Amino acid sequence: MKPARFDYVRAESLAEAHDVLAAEGGEASVLAGGQSLLPLLSTRLARPKIVLDIMRIPGLDVISHESDAIRIGAAVRQAKLAAWPELSAAQPLLAAALPFIGHAQTRSRGTVCGSIAHADPSAEIPLILLALEGEILLSSARGQRRVSAGEFFTGLMSTAREEHELVEAAIVPRRRPGHGYAFREFARRHGDFAIVACAAIANERKARLAVGGVADRPVAFDGLPLGGTPLDEALDRIAGELDARDDLHASADYRRHLVRRLGRASIVEASRCRA
Amino acid sequence: MPRLSADARHRVAFVLNGRPVEGQAEPRLLLTDFLRHVLGMTGTHVGCEHGVCGACTIEVDGVPARACLMLAVQADGATLRTVEGLAPEPGRLSVLQQAFRRHHALQCGFCTPGILMSLDYYLRDNPDPQEEDIRIFLTGHLCRCTGYVPIVAAAIDAAAQLREAKEKETRHA
Repeated sequence: MKPARFDYVRAESLAEAHDVLAAEGGEASVLAGGQSLLPLLSTRLARPKIVLDIMRIPGLDVISHESDAIRIGAAVRQAKLAAWPELSAAQPLLAAALPFIGHAQTRSRGTVCGSIAHADPSAEIPLILLALEGEILLSSARGQRRVSAGEFFTGLMSTAREEHELVEAAIVPRRRPGHGYAFREFARRHGDFAIVACAAIANERKARLAVGGVADRPVAFDGLPLGGTPLDEALDRIAGELDARDDLHASADYRRHLVRRLGRASIVEASRCRA
Repeated sequence: MPRLSADARHRVAFVLNGRPVEGQAEPRLLLTDFLRHVLGMTGTHVGCEHGVCGACTIEVDGVPARACLMLAVQADGATLRTVEGLAPEPGRLSVLQQAFRRHHALQCGFCTPGILMSLDYYLRDNPDPQEEDIRIFLTGHLCRCTGYVPIVAAAIDAAAQLREAKEKETRHA
């Protein structure tokens, strides 16, 4: 398994990256940490004419504060975010999910925004971004735009990013007072892709639940009860509504069962740890 | 901005196990193949070639990474360490390597270079590791011979020896 031939372009500024995407975006793959792109190249599921490396663009590997959110640049590696001392205080849900992404040996290179751009339906970061109603900052030679996570993930490994655009940053809302956050995942082995993953956010009255690994993209549900029979009934409805599929790892029915179990556990925990 | 043509080979230079090295690579050449075929450093093994098995794990700029998930051209200018860099001198194994030998932590040895590189890094950062933490760290590696028990035992033993050596050093200092 060796990649097919491509030109390798190392952008040294955002403007250069934008120029390449404007001219040849349809035939280019953006290379950041490479932990998703390299397997696609090696198996030849992706055969771009150009691989555009953005990791040496100055200023892209920065985590910064916005008014009520944190901004994670396109070159920020998952390990760097996990080691960021302010992470737990800024957004506990992201802190809880990061250790589940791949393995230490892939988080060391894989980027936060790369996982978002790749949009695997089992991936943790897209799920968290959707749960938190975060945004994706897209930029191009024509300018910038922000797309909500709900609109960005459009299906199996497909997103609202257009060929001439670059995922420049992820905008993750900061922890909100009075809200609790919890993450639960089931996989065959720690670090494997989730069979089902759930992210819950609770206030004093109700919860929001995002579910990954079941449908062709992460899906979120609002206004859920915090416990008891009403929560069980709501989770039954959600499990039934989700477009679950059978595959090598689990049947659709088993995935629905996990949605009920992990959904409940995450909502109960989120409700308990409100602060 | 550098654009390396698919049709040509390009100079790639980095520091490997403390020494500057260089060679020629097409853009599509994986770092694993560059290490093995261009530089002749065959200690790094190639298993699944898509980042799952961990056999090709090396250290890139101080952190463990899959060599098969990197292009050789990406490594230009980096500092790399491979299993060949573990032994302190020819004919002498590192503390971790000796522990692997004592505990029979390898049989066929295919996964071993990657696991050694991961654990070497891990023990530097975690001098007194818990078994559970080592097991979580090892989920990034597949071994089909040992069942992992002797690998975990070797890691714990090596950690104890490294701590002891460090204490001695501090006492004498």
